[in-house]
Amino acid sequence: MTTLNDPAATAANEENQPETPETPEVASSKKLVLGIVFGLIFGFLLQKGGVAKFHVLIGQLLLVDFTVLKIMMSAVVVGSIGIHFMHRAGLVELHVKPTRYASNIIGGLLFGFGFALAAYCPGTGAAALGQGNFDAIGMMTGMFAGSYLFAELSGWLSRRVDPIGERGKIRLPDLLPLSPTATVFATVLLICAVLAAVEVYAVR
Amino acid sequence: MFADCFPLAASSVDPLQYPGPAWSPYLVGALIGGLSMLTFYFSNKPLGASTAYARVAGILGLAVARRHTERLKYYRDKPPKVGWELMLVVAAVAGSFLAAWSGGELTGRWLPEMWQQRFGSDSHVLRGVVAFAGGTLMAFGARMAGGCTSGHGISGTLQLGVGSWLSALCFFIGGIAVAMLLYA
Repeated sequence: MTTLNDPAATAANEENQPETPETPEVASSKKLVLGIVFGLIFGFLLQKGGVAKFHVLIGQLLLVDFTVLKIMMSAVVVGSIGIHFMHRAGLVELHVKPTRYASNIIGGLLFGFGFALAAYCPGTGAAALGQGNFDAIGMMTGMFAGSYLFAELSGWLSRRVDPIGERGKIRLPDLLPLSPTATVFATVLLICAVLAAVEVYAVR
Repeated sequence: MFADCFPLAASSVDPLQYPGPAWSPYLVGALIGGLSMLTFYFSNKPLGASTAYARVAGILGLAVARRHTERLKYYRDKPPKVGWELMLVVAAVAGSFLAAWSGGELTGRWLPEMWQQRFGSDSHVLRGVVAFAGGTLMAFGARMAGGCTSGHGISGTLQLGVGSWLSALCFFIGGIAVAMLLYA
């Protein structure tokens, strides 16, 4: 927590409040403003990257348009190097999500099925709506329904499915005989090789 | 009936016949990587979009069935609130509008062109049902897996999280399978 700008505010917000206040809790205005600034940039970049477009996303899933892969992998190249060294310098904390093999695989496949139906994912759907693809409203309404449906089943799922293959917050360096720095560079090299192959063999 | 909804003949659609990205995807990706460094540093949060929808669903749930919603495990662990994640997604709509407006790419359509070519210009109800079903599956899957294409696919993989790489792989396996069924 020592690396944060306002550790006290963050700590207070990360706590789980057992009782819910009468109106929904609202985060501090500094947090909200930062969210707005980053969101404006995020949405702007997604649209300029073409991933707010229906045919670009479906084109990726049909393996004829690799724009989505190029954007995601370029972000991982820059972000993995940047976050790794910022973390080593003590500037940022990591937020690794827990590995749960069963939930990751089943949830991941269900997400994929929905991704192909909607053609927008949760972030690019917001960008799609912003550029005027009104069918994203249907997908967003579904997102609210699906989230609540998950919450309905969350107790059962956390007892019965999450424990299957639960490995904690493991990272690739924990599985590979490589140091974290070496893993970052190995990952970056592998991504560059994949992108080079895409550049040679794919039309877009 | 099925053949009406999914005309399998004369259905060849080519995604490449429509315009691609305005900017180089490598540039956009690199900038998103830089943006994620900023969110880690300034907000102590990874980029992610799906949580915002779960928060809104929870706020709606509290308004409709307060006691019931409060008892659900997910909302006990993560009480619904208006926070950074929701602002990120709402502002992304505006950011995308600015990008599309500045680039002359505003669409203003209920049916995307490629969808319309595949399913017809009177397929509004079908599109609504399919988009809703897709959103429902995505939200359920994202919550189960722990993130979406941004939370796992970008923020999780760039931290080399094992579950994130696995989830992202499954996003595409599931997506490719269904997309091939619908459009190939």
